[in-house]
Amino acid sequence: MNKHYDLAVIGGGNAALCAAITAAELGAKVIILETAPKPYRGGNSRHTRDIRCMHRGPLGPLEGDYSEDEYYEDLLKVTGGKTNEQLARLVIRSSESALPWMQKHGAHFQPPLSGTLSLTRTNAFFLGGGKSLVNAYYRTADKLGVDVLYRAHVKHLQLKGNLITRVDYVYEGQQYQIEPSSVVVASGGFEANLEWLEKVWGPAAENFLIRGTPYNRGVVLEDLLEQGVQSVGDPTQCHAVAIDGRAPKFDGGIVTRLDCVPFSIVVNKEAQRFYDEGEDIWPKRYAIWGRLVAQQPDQVAFAIIDSKSLKMFMPSAFPPTEANTLEELAEKTGLPSEKLIDTIATFNSACSSSEAFHPTELDGVTTTGLTPEKTNWARPINEPPFYCYSLRTGVTFTYLALKIDENAQCSTATGLVKNLWAAGETMAGSILSQGYLAGLGMMIGTVFGRIAGREAANYANG
Amino acid sequence: MQMDNLEEARRQAEICNACRYCEGYCAVFPALQLHRSFSEGTITQLANLCHNCRGCYYACQYTAPHEFNINIPQVMAEARQKSWESFAWPGGIARIFQKRGSLIALATIIGFAVIFYVIRALKPSGGEGFYAVISHATMTGIFLPAFLYPLFSMGISLRRYWRKVGGEEITWDHFRRALISAGKLKNLSGGHGDGCNFEEEDRFSNQRRYAHQAVLYGFLLCFAATCSGAVMYYFLNMPGPYPIFSIPKLLGIPGGLLILVGCSKLIQLKLKADPELGSARVWSGEMGFVGLLLFIALSGLLLFVLGGTAALPLLLDLHLGAVLAFFLLTPYTKMAHGFYRMAALIRDAQMKTES
Repeated sequence: MNKHYDLAVIGGGNAALCAAITAAELGAKVIILETAPKPYRGGNSRHTRDIRCMHRGPLGPLEGDYSEDEYYEDLLKVTGGKTNEQLARLVIRSSESALPWMQKHGAHFQPPLSGTLSLTRTNAFFLGGGKSLVNAYYRTADKLGVDVLYRAHVKHLQLKGNLITRVDYVYEGQQYQIEPSSVVVASGGFEANLEWLEKVWGPAAENFLIRGTPYNRGVVLEDLLEQGVQSVGDPTQCHAVAIDGRAPKFDGGIVTRLDCVPFSIVVNKEAQRFYDEGEDIWPKRYAIWGRLVAQQPDQVAFAIIDSKSLKMFMPSAFPPTEANTLEELAEKTGLPSEKLIDTIATFNSACSSSEAFHPTELDGVTTTGLTPEKTNWARPINEPPFYCYSLRTGVTFTYLALKIDENAQCSTATGLVKNLWAAGETMAGSILSQGYLAGLGMMIGTVFGRIAGREAANYANG
Repeated sequence: MQMDNLEEARRQAEICNACRYCEGYCAVFPALQLHRSFSEGTITQLANLCHNCRGCYYACQYTAPHEFNINIPQVMAEARQKSWESFAWPGGIARIFQKRGSLIALATIIGFAVIFYVIRALKPSGGEGFYAVISHATMTGIFLPAFLYPLFSMGISLRRYWRKVGGEEITWDHFRRALISAGKLKNLSGGHGDGCNFEEEDRFSNQRRYAHQAVLYGFLLCFAATCSGAVMYYFLNMPGPYPIFSIPKLLGIPGGLLILVGCSKLIQLKLKADPELGSARVWSGEMGFVGLLLFIALSGLLLFVLGGTAALPLLLDLHLGAVLAFFLLTPYTKMAHGFYRMAALIRDAQMKTES
């Protein structure tokens, strides 16, 4: 690599590609340094499938309209108000023009067809999912002359004063250095770094599963923080959901999700219930259960349903454990038999009429006199066969991020770093400090990727 | 169907059903989503609905080296081939041809050419043009049964298919919808009109779709040319050879050219495509089939160009030999896919009406 590059983009996901494409279109010579090998390129973007977009009137695949204020209200709800309003509104306002830009650069969207999630007004779904979007962007980048180096592990960005002077990376066991004019960091969070997670969560983290790419190890993030680049977000927070306990340690993605919780009772390994399974419907319920399971012994839980509920939620990748009696279910799952039978009997006797049962809305079919209550969809578990899904904590992303301004530019205590920008999960903590709004991560990546690419190219072009 | 491939198809289908990112690509995924478990009949239907466009493979986050090792185009291709082998009548022949296609196609052409030579040697006949080489009666005597036999054989196969996939009574609407889908080759459009990923990794292109339609419509034109010739011969008392501005020639020449161009393109694309995303086992058989079709078009066009020269008898032997081979082998080669695909599209239209 002796060529001079105007811009080095660290990372190879959605935000990185948006930055690279934008900069290349402004005439910059760009290299993407992607840690993953080619089949795994794209970071967590490979596992995504939609993007949230403001729009006044129908736009592309989106129906109706979705105003800036409504979008912002939705964000406030999930973050509990903790967001940088200026940056959040910048993302929201820019999202309307981002969607046509995406289409122009190869993104294909699904016509609203299946309605498995009622999001056709707010979210546009990628035809084929996030990996097909990433593929399209790599094709576009290639046409624009962007170089891509896979399996390039960036270890260090040398910060001297207010300038990044050097990028050090390891490729096939050899160390390399390049000196690009500008650098965009879009290399994700640290959720795949188990040691870092353990520092934050303690030994429990050992039992966590990582839903996304195994390559988001936060190497560059840590390197920059050590050199005094400013950060935002709570380092002790990560977004965790309850996923199928049999999911792979890394990279299980969408198919590991379990939608059975509202129709089930969830017990820990001592066959004890610990939270109201009927508290709410997707997505709120989805985001809290990872944390709940993480607090249980061995970080495992078991969702139990009977035959009448089996087809009420999205099919799962792994078949559930099936048994004709509760004794058999206990034996197959390793749960204490007597306690399980007792827990279910107690639950069943606390259920009253389930005439009002309605699977897709809060139906108020509740238990009485039970602790904890099940406040919706409370139907006795009494129709064999019985089914059990094991649950574990699946980490999706982390919130600790580089602090940036509206130009996506990073800074130290002494001011802006002249040639360093950040995009994607590496800076999303400014906007998302807790919770999650479906499709917002991809929009933050797209908007700030484009801004970072533009600023980095302008700087390089002098 | 072999149990191991069936089990593998089930495993992959269950993961797809939990993901659903590919639902917009083709008819396979919406059809897959109607199920929670996958019987052999369901897998057979999905496999025959799959056009091997490979869009889902390149979009999938679970392809190798991921431990889920999803490869729907391959597992469906394998299931499809197995299903054809099991439905073919009489059994056994399909397996041989699908595996050793090129070899058998070649042997067949030579064999039939020799037969024609013998027939001609035994029965020198009068007449003009082709009929100076082989009499009309001899030709129809050989080709009428050769045309009816594959229809009979495919009829049995399709009935077996229909029973396996649980097909119901076919209405005109089901048939019409299947015909439109096949006519446009909608399932190779990629859901966005940019086509499939057949040639070069994740690049979308309509080349395969257009090449396939060139072959299909070319074939239909040639078939129409033959039918018009028969009508003229039997009902209008107008025996061949026909001049260039006649219905059989005006249909047959563009038909032949379309097949020639389409088959050449399909062979070229097949050489570029990743064999790991299809049934590698039958690659040679598929190539043999396209090669045979190309040879028929080429020899037919050469007959038109060189019909007045001394090359006529030899060209006619080769052409008729290849056509005969093509007809007789139809139930056991890639040609069968057209029949199964239509059946699968009709069944799909039924399923959509039901759901």
